[in-house]
Amino acid sequence: MKSLLSVSGLSKNFVKELDSFQRVANLFGESTKKETVYAVDDISFDVMTGEVVGLVGESGCGKSTVARMISGILEPTSGEIIFKGERISLNGSPVKKEHLLSIQMVFQNPFSSLNPRLKVVDIVGEAPVHHGLVNRKNRDDYVKNFLTLAGLDEQFLNRYPHQLSGGQRQRTGIARALAVNPDFLICDEAIAALDVSIQAQIINLFKDLRDKLELTYLFISHDLSAVENISDRVIIMYLGRIVEVATTEQIFGSPNHPYTRALLEEIPRLDRRKRKFSVIKGEVPSPINPPSGCHFHPRCPYAIKRCKIEVPKLENIANGHQSACHLNI
Amino acid sequence: MKSNFESSTPILKVTNLKTYFDTREGLVKAVDGVSFEIRPGEIVGLVGESGSGKSVLGFSVLGLVDHPGKVVGGSVSFKGTNLADATDAELRMIRGGRLSMIFQDPMMTLNPVLRIDTQIIETVLAHQNVSRKDARNMAIDVLRQVGISSAETRLKSYPHEFSGGMRQRIAIAIALINKPDLIIADEPTTALDVTIQAQVLAEIQKLCTMNGTALIWITHDLATIAGLADRVIVQYAGRVVEQGLVDDVLDNPRHPYTKGLLDSVPGNQGRNERLRQIPGTAPSLLNLPDGCAFMERCGNAQEVCRTLPSVTSSNFMHEYRCHFPIGVSN
Repeated sequence: MKSLLSVSGLSKNFVKELDSFQRVANLFGESTKKETVYAVDDISFDVMTGEVVGLVGESGCGKSTVARMISGILEPTSGEIIFKGERISLNGSPVKKEHLLSIQMVFQNPFSSLNPRLKVVDIVGEAPVHHGLVNRKNRDDYVKNFLTLAGLDEQFLNRYPHQLSGGQRQRTGIARALAVNPDFLICDEAIAALDVSIQAQIINLFKDLRDKLELTYLFISHDLSAVENISDRVIIMYLGRIVEVATTEQIFGSPNHPYTRALLEEIPRLDRRKRKFSVIKGEVPSPINPPSGCHFHPRCPYAIKRCKIEVPKLENIANGHQSACHLNI
Repeated sequence: MKSNFESSTPILKVTNLKTYFDTREGLVKAVDGVSFEIRPGEIVGLVGESGSGKSVLGFSVLGLVDHPGKVVGGSVSFKGTNLADATDAELRMIRGGRLSMIFQDPMMTLNPVLRIDTQIIETVLAHQNVSRKDARNMAIDVLRQVGISSAETRLKSYPHEFSGGMRQRIAIAIALINKPDLIIADEPTTALDVTIQAQVLAEIQKLCTMNGTALIWITHDLATIAGLADRVIVQYAGRVVEQGLVDDVLDNPRHPYTKGLLDSVPGNQGRNERLRQIPGTAPSLLNLPDGCAFMERCGNAQEVCRTLPSVTSSNFMHEYRCHFPIGVSN
């Protein structure tokens, strides 16, 4: 398999500048420092053509920031993103328009990601007309095609978002992403806001589209059961860093990193009745002032002295299975 | 366990409860003839998708339905008191005292401009005849119970100084502090991360067992119910379509909707397999058909489904409302 997307050494820091009061106070001997959020901290991974890669982590771990950098919405602080053998952006400006069109996103909230003042036909048709993929005269037929692909019939063309149910809105969002003929779809918590029975419909739709259009996915979710069902490979993130990468079988069959194991332990499952909820202690620390060494050490039941001092490297522990934990050596 | 629940008298008895919203577009029957009972110390999951009326059911029990909604029929009896006949003063004593609620968004419970000690102590003083100092000590105890460290100093904080998970713990602490007989929890962990959700579930499970508090856990997540509850009530389009012990309902669902919900849970099927989905979408509660509301999405539906099926009960406390129940020969 060929690598479609290759991310190396990617980092993103958000710096909160001092306000004028703090700057004046500093002149008088205060020493207020700028706050830096290390949202994504030196991560590298590959996505092969035709693969579905699940990206899992709790809120604040940087998974959406990764998505935004790959789709070109955010400029990385450092590191590079190679798509089809070329860098996506150079010094803040995109290298090729086709690359940006080839990478599309489906968002979490189908209520806020659609313009409430536009009809479905305008929402889906706007980008392809703008980019010259279709002329205005043939737009309606073009849009109809993509609505059908997403499982909506033509009666929805002239509806407004508020006239649609949550599932129908998400299908509209998917049709909009497909309308510019992408190769790579980033689904950022695309099923999180939907009801259980609708989630299943949308997951099935993603699978059908993958077969029909030969798409590659980065499937971002905190829902491990959904990720297990759809992904070929899984990346687990914690506080801006990748802690484990492996095939779905490896992650769910023989998880290595203590954080991954804790996450799997917490998944609610239908066959686990009246269980005792075992608990990892504490909360995800703030990325403004993350713990030293391994970010997970304050919550880890196996932490040793070394974990506080040294950042563990992501190392191969089996074929295609990487984990960042000192205990592996 | 079974005989235990059977013998004790229910603390909450809801009979044929109807809550309708008279809107400009028409009559919305959010809760339409719902009956169930809760026994002391029991944990019951109330499952339904958005728009099934499960939250309105919770609000109706507490008498918190806002205009244009109105409880138009049925009764809610809590420890022998009919809440519909209770005066406002009596309701105030019951709510937050013997019967309390946890909401999905803790910021709905917490006042953002008051310190949390003020808010917790206020709850105690409203219902118990104790000194302010004792109330404060109770507040510290209850915060420790829900897993907030250095409770004494944290009491002086404002809600915005806590994380989402912490805030939900405080909301739970407030619901627990008067040792109620029943807590109604409306999707309290939906907005939380997986690890934090497990922490909150663990606390709630422990505290309910310790105090003998009954719990109604409203959610759309069947998997959470499986791990937490004794019994489950499945609601669809304002009606209870199935209820029974967790093991009975989850292992032998009788109603096709329950079966459909169970089948759509991703973890229940093999990797990379297509999920078995329920076709269509949930109906609008506006102008519902007289018959079975699930008919349009049901594979077994026939002409007779245009009439409302009556409630059938099979083995122990397992009830369902379907003309063609799964696994039962007619």
